[in-house]
Amino acid sequence: MSFFLEVLIGGLLAGVMYSMVAIGFVLIYKASGVFNFAQGAMVLFAALTFVSITERGVPFALALVITLAAMFALAIAVERAVLRPLVNAPPLSLFLATLGLAYVLEGLAQTVWGTQVHGLDLGISDAPIGAGAVSVSRFDLFAAATAASLVGGLGALFRWTRAGVALRAVADDPLAAIAVGIDLRRLWAIVWGAAGVVALVAGLLWGARVGVQFSLSLVVLKALPVLIIGGFSSIAGAIAGGLVVGASEKLAEVYVGPLVNGGIETWFPYVLALGFLLVKPAGLFGERSIERV
Amino acid sequence: MSSDASVWQRAREPGAAKLSARVVVRAALVLAAAALLVALPLLVDDYVLSAILVPLLALSLAGIGQNLVTGYAGQLFVGAAAFMSVGAFAAYDVHLYLPSTPLLATFAAGGLVAAATGALFGLPSLRIRGFYLVVSTLAAQFFVEWLFTKVGWFSGNSSSGVITAPPLRIAGVSFSSPGGHYWLSLLIVAPLTLAAHNLVRGRIGRGWMAVRDMETAAAVVGVPVRASKLLAFAIGSFYCGVAGALWAFAYLGTVEPHGFDLDRSFQILFIVILGGLGSVAGTFLGAAFIVLFPIALDQAVAAVAGRSVDPGLLQNLEKVLFGALVILLLAKQPAGLARLVEIAWIRARRFAARYAPRSRS
Amino acid sequence: MTTTPSALHGSSPGSSPDSGSPPGPGQPPDSLLDVRRVSLAFDGIHALDDVSFEVRRGEVCALIGPNGAGKSSMLNVVSGLYAAQQGEVRFEGQVLSGARELSRRGIARTFQNIALFRGMTVLENVALGSDFRARSTFLEQALRVGRAPREERRARDEAEVIIQLLDIAGHRDDVVGRLPYGLQKRVELARALSARPKLLLLDEPMAGMTFDEKRDMCRYLMDAHEKLGTTLVLIEHDLGVVMDLSDHVIVLDYGRKIADGSPEAVRADAAVVRAYVGSFET
Repeated sequence: MSFFLEVLIGGLLAGVMYSMVAIGFVLIYKASGVFNFAQGAMVLFAALTFVSITERGVPFALALVITLAAMFALAIAVERAVLRPLVNAPPLSLFLATLGLAYVLEGLAQTVWGTQVHGLDLGISDAPIGAGAVSVSRFDLFAAATAASLVGGLGALFRWTRAGVALRAVADDPLAAIAVGIDLRRLWAIVWGAAGVVALVAGLLWGARVGVQFSLSLVVLKALPVLIIGGFSSIAGAIAGGLVVGASEKLAEVYVGPLVNGGIETWFPYVLALGFLLVKPAGLFGERSIERV
Repeated sequence: MSSDASVWQRAREPGAAKLSARVVVRAALVLAAAALLVALPLLVDDYVLSAILVPLLALSLAGIGQNLVTGYAGQLFVGAAAFMSVGAFAAYDVHLYLPSTPLLATFAAGGLVAAATGALFGLPSLRIRGFYLVVSTLAAQFFVEWLFTKVGWFSGNSSSGVITAPPLRIAGVSFSSPGGHYWLSLLIVAPLTLAAHNLVRGRIGRGWMAVRDMETAAAVVGVPVRASKLLAFAIGSFYCGVAGALWAFAYLGTVEPHGFDLDRSFQILFIVILGGLGSVAGTFLGAAFIVLFPIALDQAVAAVAGRSVDPGLLQNLEKVLFGALVILLLAKQPAGLARLVEIAWIRARRFAARYAPRSRS
Repeated sequence: MTTTPSALHGSSPGSSPDSGSPPGPGQPPDSLLDVRRVSLAFDGIHALDDVSFEVRRGEVCALIGPNGAGKSSMLNVVSGLYAAQQGEVRFEGQVLSGARELSRRGIARTFQNIALFRGMTVLENVALGSDFRARSTFLEQALRVGRAPREERRARDEAEVIIQLLDIAGHRDDVVGRLPYGLQKRVELARALSARPKLLLLDEPMAGMTFDEKRDMCRYLMDAHEKLGTTLVLIEHDLGVVMDLSDHVIVLDYGRKIADGSPEAVRADAAVVRAYVGSFET
């Protein structure tokens, strides 16, 4: 039983990472309807930039500020170079453009900072904290708490700031939002910047676990089924979906995996998402769109 | 029946006679192009054949499959490589477990198994749309990769893990030279391209495009929407399957699951996007671009730097440039290279018409 | 194809005591479309409330009424896009079920907001209208053998007839999405006509058109009606057009039928005048 709980908790904590990537995705989807495949590449870009700067002797806090600035610069660049030229393009074109963007970011990050694996120490010990028969890593708890406060912060930001109101208006009805004078371009830059911040945090937490390396970019592949389960436009859904995917894939790997030679973590979330799709085609928290004729 | 049936019988293109002259010219052009394609191995060296033309043909074939599903039927399908992989392994297994099967039949078997798999993974398209479908097809990508890695039966339980493709012989004629690989590829790709062309120009193609453009209206005018979608998945996957077998047998000479990973799927998707969604001819342009781009970049960098550059750096540089080019093309010419060539062709004709006013009536 | 007219007509006119004279209760035998006591509600709001009417073969029937009267809903029920909670729709005596069998039964329609296939050429759109008749398998088509070449030629020839009829030959190979609105409306009519429907449902075929475009469209509709023998049911706001074109007018208001008869009779109907006061000028 305690083994089960440990697997479950480990899975939930992995799920927190997936949720964070999915949240960045949801922000962008809500604001611009773009299916941003580059969210994983942004995680890599952010973490690699941060770790490379600190390795050159820049203090932690300053490195954080520089990386944040870089992420916002990136957001503005994306708005200028990708979103604006493609403003009336069909969703498929925008999706492929973000695939192109992912290539650019991955290539750029590794051209500038190199391809080797970087260790990242955030100064939080990985020592287990016992709670009865179950023990949880201190770092994992820290990660979960950071993610929670990030989500809280974002929630507050979008509830009480002008940008947040604008975001909700745009998600509701883009044309009406433009009609009442919302500056869509500025909003896009802000939202991509926020997604960049989420990517940085996810990259640091995940990078501290597995090392800052190319595979960070692949975390987007875990975020896709999360989005399906949670719905494309719901932050709550992204969190729930991430936890569901994280927990179930670890449990499946441990309990079902040995029966079929292991390695089912790669496809299990997708099959799970597919199952969800057939039952709830718009995700747990998504809204169904109605086709009018 | 309508009251006045005779109304329906007039019409016919005005100028059936004029048509025949154009048909002759066209036939001559097609014949010349065909002759050139067949004679190509006599004109170029082995490197061009095995490193450029053979993969180009295989990727084009997969691209056509992707284009049928995405460009024509409008279904977002990311995972072409999974069906290439199914085709390659199915063809290999037919050869392995039924050794007397003729080579072309193993290719057909590869395609058919891929078609069945494609229809299966296309089933969710009956209920879900758009980006949600991406996930369904990605499920195929990861599941198939896992299946062929973990289940030894598919690779004949070979202890070394290395699979050797069967000898390429058709009716006693060997196709094992680089020229043979090319001819084999041509023998398979050319008729399938023609078949795809026929499909998209006819009723099936119109039905696909109708489903792509507006599903409700398609149903109202009598397009069998569900059957059309599944047929698109099946036929598209058939093309991918045959392409996978070709890739494995004629290009790599081996079959391995990791050659058909997600990056390969994206590559096929890019071929279609760059070439032009809904253009069979454009698919070849897209494939040519994908195959030639890294080679050209390699040479260009070597020429500028004066020596060979670190391959890792080159690879990343390639990624940056390729990604940027994709974004640029999507923004500037969303209809792809096919449209660019078309525009160039129209301009050339206009130019020719201006300076040679009496060349044609 | 033989219906049982007496049984059919027993129930239908009941809801509307003040229906006009010509297609009223003295039913001729040739009823094409029979809508019986149809009710439709969305989330408890009644879009259609117990509506019955009949359309005879060969007539031009106009469905009019203020905005929100339920005209489009009615057309969507007939074409199987909406499922009515109560009642049924019979076509040539047989119950209609679902959009999928529409073209096969001989019904075509156009949409208020133009439902063309925007990425296809005019010719492809129009040819598609008659494709449902073709029988060749995909293998025959891929290999261009058997029935496929013949059917393809026929589809294109027939499309050509319609294209000539509606004067859109100059745009034959243009992609539909890039055509101006008025032309798109015409292409949509062409696609519907190429199915050679017995019954053609038109949802505001002239909405948003200039005077000249409307006049042309009227002519095309009458051409189709006369040359191809198509029965027309159209929704139209321009009452001048309605009175000119149709032999039979049905008036809906708040989901109920308030009048049904010849244009003259409907024009004189007190309930219609009341419904239209303040809505828009006649």
